[in-house]
Amino acid sequence: MVTNLASRLMSRRISEETAVKARAFSYFRAATIDQALEAHARAGDDARFIAGGQSLVPALSLRLQAPRLLIDITHIDELRGVRREGGHLRIGALTRHCEMLSEPLIAEFAPLLHAAAPFVAHPAIRNRGTFGGSIALADPASEFPAMTLALDAEIEITGPSGRRRVKADDFFLDLFETALQPGELITAVYVPLFKADQRFAFDELARRRGDYAMVGCGIMATCAGDRIDDIRISFFSVGNTPTRVKRAEALLIGSNLDAERIAAAQTALQSDLAPPDSDEVPPAMRLHLARVLLGRLLGRLGEGA
Amino acid sequence: MSGFDETLLDDADETVRVRFIVNGRKVACEVAPRETLVDCLRNALELTGTHAGCEMGACGACLVQLDGRAVHSCLMFAVQADGAKIETIEGLTESGVIADLQAEFHRRNALQCGFCTPGMLVNAQELLSQVAQPSRDEIRDALSGNYCRCTGYEAIVDAIDAVAKARSQGGDAP
Repeated sequence: MVTNLASRLMSRRISEETAVKARAFSYFRAATIDQALEAHARAGDDARFIAGGQSLVPALSLRLQAPRLLIDITHIDELRGVRREGGHLRIGALTRHCEMLSEPLIAEFAPLLHAAAPFVAHPAIRNRGTFGGSIALADPASEFPAMTLALDAEIEITGPSGRRRVKADDFFLDLFETALQPGELITAVYVPLFKADQRFAFDELARRRGDYAMVGCGIMATCAGDRIDDIRISFFSVGNTPTRVKRAEALLIGSNLDAERIAAAQTALQSDLAPPDSDEVPPAMRLHLARVLLGRLLGRLGEGA
Repeated sequence: MSGFDETLLDDADETVRVRFIVNGRKVACEVAPRETLVDCLRNALELTGTHAGCEMGACGACLVQLDGRAVHSCLMFAVQADGAKIETIEGLTESGVIADLQAEFHRRNALQCGFCTPGMLVNAQELLSQVAQPSRDEIRDALSGNYCRCTGYEAIVDAIDAVAKARSQGGDAP
């Protein structure tokens, strides 16, 4: 996914800006969160935190960003690790995409993330890219930011004024714009533990595996037998932010996922989504693909997938 | 490094000393923080088997092993790799760990101009270290981030498939 971010950005800028080497910056490897925050403040906030760097490095190389200081946070132990904490799974910000596939706690307690992980970019990028970095970048075409919405996750943010937790519903504000303030860092993401009465489904439609999806979707549902008691449906690649489709959700709650309700939910997408103008995937096509994808995923959910 | 030293901010053009273990040898070099790992490998260490293609993580020509896992050397700065263990195509060749892959690529003409080949081999080795017997679909999926502009994918998939089977049977490729 990252690679396509770069090419999308580049195709927009290449005529005016052909640099492929970053502007000079200073580099600081932080050992603790406090050191990282202090360095950011001392640089007058003309700094960027770098974790996996799989999106940031191309952005620097193309000089879309040119900070004075790069603060490497990958050696901060506090940002590492996945563990249970009460009713949540605490996923450290530095958890790499490849660990979403290999970590047993993720597979057991956050299976939606486990299911989405193989769709994130290519294997070598998954070896470096981090979960916290993906959420902080908030690319609307990325899998993980949208999945935090479906999961009702909370983002733990640490900054100069302390630590706070923001619901995913309140985190993604606009294109690459989040609730993060300058100098703040995502330290972890809290995901409610997957329960026996829950079901999930994930898929995306892309022209090529590893490319950005034309449309993608993740669903978390709480069921009583075959009846849907609660459902959260989150789309990506449909607009400026990952997007929950609340009208469709409301139509499905209380249903048994019968064909009629699924059709109604598919129809509701036209009021839930407003895909952007695009030559590659025109709005009508994207809406069509979203309907097809939703139908498939709800079908799988009904089969207990 | 202990706390943050403010004079660092005025030294953006200054080179810093980094140390890594490259292909089993300890090396130290002076790099500017903005220098990518691929540039450092190719220019300072003269390991030109690692190729710089798109320089933004799309083509896979620059793949190396960093602490045992395949990564894009164009998507990180050399300073980030300070203290790491790096294996390039030269090291993987010398140690013989990919000799079977190389022989099979050669035998099946799984390369034409050869520009993409080092990255293809690093990626193939990564796949086979993670999945003992990948399906052809899994091989194609794993190669989705490696471009071959001579359109040699079919033979590349064939070669990796043959080596996967041979390795899992404990022998050499046919």
